[in-house]
Amino acid sequence: MNAASETLLAVDGVSLSFGGVKAITDVSFDIRKGEIRAIIGPNGAGKTSMLNVVNGFYHPQHGRITYKGKTRPRMRPYQAASQGIARTFQNVALFRGMTTLDNIMVGRTLKMHRGLLWQMLRYGPAMREEIEHRRVVEDIIDFLQIEAIRKTPVGKLPYGLQKRVELGRALAMEPELLLLDEPMAGMNIEEKEDMCRYILDLNKHFGTTIALIEHDMGVVMDLSDRVVVLEYGHKIADGTPEVVKADPKVIEAYLGVGH
Amino acid sequence: MFYRETGQFKQSYAADQAVFPILQDRLGLAVILLVAFVAVPLFGNEFLLASVMVPFLILSLGAIGLNILVGYTGLLSLGSAAFMGVGAYSAYKLSTIFPGVNILVWILCSGFFAAGIGVLFGLPSLRIKGFYLAVATLAAQFFLQWCFVRISWLYNDNPSGAIEVPARTLFGLAITGPSATPVTRYLVVLVIVAVMTLLASNIVHGRIGRTWMAVRDMDIAAQLMGIRLLPAKLLAFAVSSFYCGVSGALMVFLWLGAAEPSAFDIKLSFLLLFMVIIGGLGSMIGSFFGAALIHILPIVIRMLPEALGLPIAAATVEHLTYLIVGALIIFFLIVEPHGLARLWQIAKQKLRVWPFPY
Amino acid sequence: MLYNIFIDPFVQMAQMPDLLVQTLWEGLVSGVLYALIALGFVLIFKASGVFNFAQGIMVVFSALTLVGFYDKFSAAGFSGHVAAFVALILTAAVMFVLAMLVERVVLRPLVNQPDIILFMATFGITYVLIGFGEMVFGGDPKQMIASELYLPSGSVDVEMLGGLVSFQKIDIAAAVIASVMIVGLALFFQKTRIGRALRAVADSHKAALSVGISLNQIWVIVWFAAGLVALVTGIMWGARSDVSFALEIVALKALPVLVLGGLTSVPGAIVGGLIIGIGEKLGEFYWGPLLGGGIESWFAYAIALLFLLYRPQGLFGDKIIERI
Repeated sequence: MNAASETLLAVDGVSLSFGGVKAITDVSFDIRKGEIRAIIGPNGAGKTSMLNVVNGFYHPQHGRITYKGKTRPRMRPYQAASQGIARTFQNVALFRGMTTLDNIMVGRTLKMHRGLLWQMLRYGPAMREEIEHRRVVEDIIDFLQIEAIRKTPVGKLPYGLQKRVELGRALAMEPELLLLDEPMAGMNIEEKEDMCRYILDLNKHFGTTIALIEHDMGVVMDLSDRVVVLEYGHKIADGTPEVVKADPKVIEAYLGVGH
Repeated sequence: MFYRETGQFKQSYAADQAVFPILQDRLGLAVILLVAFVAVPLFGNEFLLASVMVPFLILSLGAIGLNILVGYTGLLSLGSAAFMGVGAYSAYKLSTIFPGVNILVWILCSGFFAAGIGVLFGLPSLRIKGFYLAVATLAAQFFLQWCFVRISWLYNDNPSGAIEVPARTLFGLAITGPSATPVTRYLVVLVIVAVMTLLASNIVHGRIGRTWMAVRDMDIAAQLMGIRLLPAKLLAFAVSSFYCGVSGALMVFLWLGAAEPSAFDIKLSFLLLFMVIIGGLGSMIGSFFGAALIHILPIVIRMLPEALGLPIAAATVEHLTYLIVGALIIFFLIVEPHGLARLWQIAKQKLRVWPFPY
Repeated sequence: MLYNIFIDPFVQMAQMPDLLVQTLWEGLVSGVLYALIALGFVLIFKASGVFNFAQGIMVVFSALTLVGFYDKFSAAGFSGHVAAFVALILTAAVMFVLAMLVERVVLRPLVNQPDIILFMATFGITYVLIGFGEMVFGGDPKQMIASELYLPSGSVDVEMLGGLVSFQKIDIAAAVIASVMIVGLALFFQKTRIGRALRAVADSHKAALSVGISLNQIWVIVWFAAGLVALVTGIMWGARSDVSFALEIVALKALPVLVLGGLTSVPGAIVGGLIIGIGEKLGEFYWGPLLGGGIESWFAYAIALLFLLYRPQGLFGDKIIERI
């Protein structure tokens, strides 16, 4: 990736605590447009909390978030979503009672505008809009190769497919910044390879900027352009995979002192 | 075998996004409508029309309203009877203040009053969830019922404290009041219920319905998809209360003919909730199944001893009805916790693969 | 208008403190009884996650059973204190059978279903109990056998604050018995092996099963405990008025108490009961006339709603931290 490309998102001095528990302490990093940025760290390091701060689900006590040139003390979920930040979750957060198709269609919500009256009639503009978005959703379904489970309620799908549907739902939002929280957790080798390919395709062909939390170091080091390492809510390293891999503090965090 | 979509290929997304994409479903619906619009009025006796079909349709409409809230949006409400009452009382006030305007206009307008009140009592739903919300909606139930008793303006200072339906006509035909025949009332109710069911079904199959279901299934994820919770929930409250309100107005004007505040007491709220849950949460057809079961079952139980020639006192029959309805509720929940609508789906699946078990 | 709402009631309170004390006391007593009903709810909710709507009807049912047994005995020429206590034991036995039946017929087949389904099932239980109870005992109000159970009657009149405040002895007894029962239950929960198992089940059914706790047994125990609480509530409430199915509507009052306190909290049920009881009586007495009276029917819910807006999980409920 072009290292000089502009910054899409910058997190500056963010601290977050729940009651007395400090989840994140004074963390700053940035995500450049078009890169794949990995966030790694041991369990409980504050990675997921960091994503929650970025898309506005948690509100940090200190710090600023600059997204697309606009600086805010915190994001709000609606703001984040309408400005093109999409997200998948560590423990799949699909709408379990709905079909795959409907789940992905929900991702189009922000792009659909026909009001209650047209919706009631389900005719004319409302129906045209529905069809138009269905077409987009079908493209995503094609891309992720989940045609066969289109009409299956997602609650019945195996875990790997659920993760894929969740990615589809995020893609339906046509995000500029895609936050992936452990997209490969609990997957077997084939599923992981598929997922890696989707992520790379998205990044290369659609130019989507991706922030990724992942525990599989092989995947992280292969996929990402830059890596930020958190431990106990502090940032301990930041840089290209090669730099981070060689950083003594990172080795210590992962393997323990005295290694 | 009998119910098979094989060979029905969709050429366009429009055909695939239809509410009933399968041919057999459309045929079935046509048959049901034919029976409802032609056979029932032609061959039904007065008892069937006035005491079975009219109440069944009106309660189904109320159940659809509640289902939008509980089944589709996941907000538990125990105040639906009060919203029905708002509809009934506002239709009554409007029709007595402006007697010149057609009564059907006021019945539909009363839905807007119910929707407004519904939104007001829906405001706490942003903060309060689950059973806590159910109890909060009980505040609406008891407060509104109290209003129906205490604010005499609502029933035009009628000394009996009840609202009595004025006689009104449509195209010269009496549709409310004592001179309206059961057939006319049935057909009026049927048209309103059929149209409103269609509209509700359209809403829940479109963007708004998906928004509601997303809020129901996982509100946090819905928020992060850009769905704003408060407008989504309030819209659900508004639409739901609109349906309940119209159903309440119909109940007084085309079924009971007169009503006291106690007609809209908490028992009715519970009955509606039964209908929704036994029928199937988040299912339009389930609302009809539930209403049929809960309304028609007691009628059957009451008539059964007479039909069998058993000499049982009326009070005992009343108690037995309670006992049996309670037992059946438990029975149905155990047999199929997802309601009669799910049983219907399973039946369709069986028909699809018949004569093979799988 | 504003004066009438915000100032005048307090002026009245200050002018006639004896009336205020009387009102407070009445509120306190009905609060204790609300708390007792709510306690039954909390017991079951904690251990099985079931929002037991039938608790109110269990109160009525147990009281009717007790009176019904005693009537049978006295018809057979066996009356007095001994008969009353035999009837009490038999009623407790009936509540145990009821708990077994509920567990066997309703809960066991519905295990792992969503909360709302179990909630609905308790509606079914309510209907069955109403139908069965009315069929066996008839719909007429009955007299509670208070004196046969050594419950005091009459009142203590205390001269204070320039007036006469009257305390019903039965109310005092109710407050004392309720407190004893609450302490007893708290000890049972904290100190015994079964209590520990109960708390484990409340936390996670699966985890409790995996360490060998029998869910079925625990459910019978909590439903039986809730039945006993219902019996005591029924006796107390019946001694103050009649025993009839009209009590059912009172049981609905326990719902705001419950959410106010937080569904899982025993102290919450008590504090919630007192707040609702006292708030309701004060509201009815001082503000009710402004609105034309009868506000008791919804005032409790309004109080609960306002508290919930401030604290959606109830006063003592566990704070909900949303994670994703």
